Amino acid sequence: MERESFLRDRLIPIGTVIVAIVAIWYVAVIFLNAPFERDTAARNGETITFAEIVPKTMAQERPVLPAPHQVAAELWDTTVNKAVTSKRSLVYHAWVTLSATLLGFAMGTVLGILLAIGIVHNRAMDRSLMPWVIASQTIPILAIAPMIIVVLNAIGLSGLLPKALISTYLSFFPVVVGMVKGLRSPEQIQLDLMHTYNASSAQTFWKLRWPSSMPYLFTSLKVAVAISLVGAIVGELPTGAVAGLGARLLAGSYYGQTVQIWAALFMAAGVAALLVVIVGLAHSAVLRRMGARA
Amino acid sequence: MNTISLLSAVAFWLAAWAFNEWLVRQRFDNPIARHAAGIAVPLLFGITILVLWEGIVRGFAVPSVLLPAPSAIWQRLITSLPTLWADFRQTFLKSVITGYVLGCGSGFIVALLIDRSPFLQKGLLPLGNFVSALPVIGVAPIMVMWFGFDWQSKVAVVVIMTFFPMLVNTVAGLAAASHMERDLMRTYAASWWQTLVKLRLPAAWPFIFNALKINSTLALIGAIVAEFFGTPIVGMGFRISTEVGRMNVDMVWAEIAVAALAGSVFYGVVALVERTVTFWHPSVRGGQA
Repeated sequence: MERESFLRDRLIPIGTVIVAIVAIWYVAVIFLNAPFERDTAARNGETITFAEIVPKTMAQERPVLPAPHQVAAELWDTTVNKAVTSKRSLVYHAWVTLSATLLGFAMGTVLGILLAIGIVHNRAMDRSLMPWVIASQTIPILAIAPMIIVVLNAIGLSGLLPKALISTYLSFFPVVVGMVKGLRSPEQIQLDLMHTYNASSAQTFWKLRWPSSMPYLFTSLKVAVAISLVGAIVGELPTGAVAGLGARLLAGSYYGQTVQIWAALFMAAGVAALLVVIVGLAHSAVLRRMGARA
Repeated sequence: MNTISLLSAVAFWLAAWAFNEWLVRQRFDNPIARHAAGIAVPLLFGITILVLWEGIVRGFAVPSVLLPAPSAIWQRLITSLPTLWADFRQTFLKSVITGYVLGCGSGFIVALLIDRSPFLQKGLLPLGNFVSALPVIGVAPIMVMWFGFDWQSKVAVVVIMTFFPMLVNTVAGLAAASHMERDLMRTYAASWWQTLVKLRLPAAWPFIFNALKINSTLALIGAIVAEFFGTPIVGMGFRISTEVGRMNVDMVWAEIAVAALAGSVFYGVVALVERTVTFWHPSVRGGQA
């Protein structure tokens, strides 16, 4: 087998695809934005050549599809050039969303782990709860997010918590499924060994089940953190577009500020990537420690 | 009166719990009885939740603006069937099904196309994995702007949401057949097509169905959320957001019940097809053992 080379197997293929996407994007910008420029020219009674249209399509105020450099400029402008506390700063909005995400993620993880422990240790819980945990995910919870927000507002809960609750609901599911699998992953022979040591069920849990569930937990956490970000963003839609990345999306779509929408989208993508990378780093750190101990 | 309904709900809960505890400890010799018990346990749990919900709402006299009782939701559901059916047709039959078929189909086809090029696979797979982790739902306002308020824009959102899980899973599935099996096909002088149809696609079915199941819930979510950004005056997402504004929370719950039912049936149908197609897979064979 050949050794995997970073340059040949990662950088060049991924780079090529990204370059291709950006190129397609620019072509699409020209064709999607050209009708507007033709209309403007026709209204002014001028004729416009294709060569004149191209640069104009890249610099429209409210383009159908903003060019990549416009989005990049907007991102730069709203993150670096604005004070972090300003409402026009994308960092501020990203932080609002991120705090709801993290709170919901933490609550969802704790809830998911507790449920999984209950399911593994109690047969009745396993049989009665597990089908409903799975069924709960076929309910489009994101669809009822607005209602949860409005109802919680009515009983005096507002701000961070309602959004975090939606993230919690979305993120507990992967954790439950992963942890149930993980806590059951020790083989019978290992459980029997603990039995011969006369280990109590608490000891079996902490010394055998818990460590062996770690790989499953972190795989689930990666899914959970990404999905809780989605929950927080959708949770921001109905609150009247005050703050947060979801609010930026909604405000952008109300006022036709396409550049703002795309910038918020890329910010959300960046936050998601950051969160997944952090969980991945924690994963490898924990595994390395456990490997060193073994 | 109120205390009575609360107390009886709690009593029902405790009794059902005890009965479930007893039921899971039984050993049934009769396979039919064992099967019935397997269904009864989760069913009883679901009924208990509903009874407890009803009891709490009545017992504490929770205003229906906050949380309507299940009985009130049921009342609302059967009296507004025509509206619900129109919403269901707009959102589910038009947006979800069309988008699901287009998204899964194109993901599958692209996976087949890049199958012969390791270079494209290496480039597209990390991106596909990355996109799967992104809040793709955010493209909804852009799609509404491009394709208008009607169901076409929702189809576009669903296509984008379902494309990448399908792509990633199909590529992974096509790589699932082992070297030994592929070498065997080579010794038979099988063409790429024959290897694909007779060996690699069957081996890929579990992965593909995994994506189909994930996508069945994603598609419904995508279509409903996309309707928050603009829609004609029909559709499940539209109904939910306007009825919340008018404080008709029982109507919202009725809509949610329809959505949950549609989502579960959709998922169930995909899972059933999976059982028949991948009958050989250990997770299906070992199901009742």
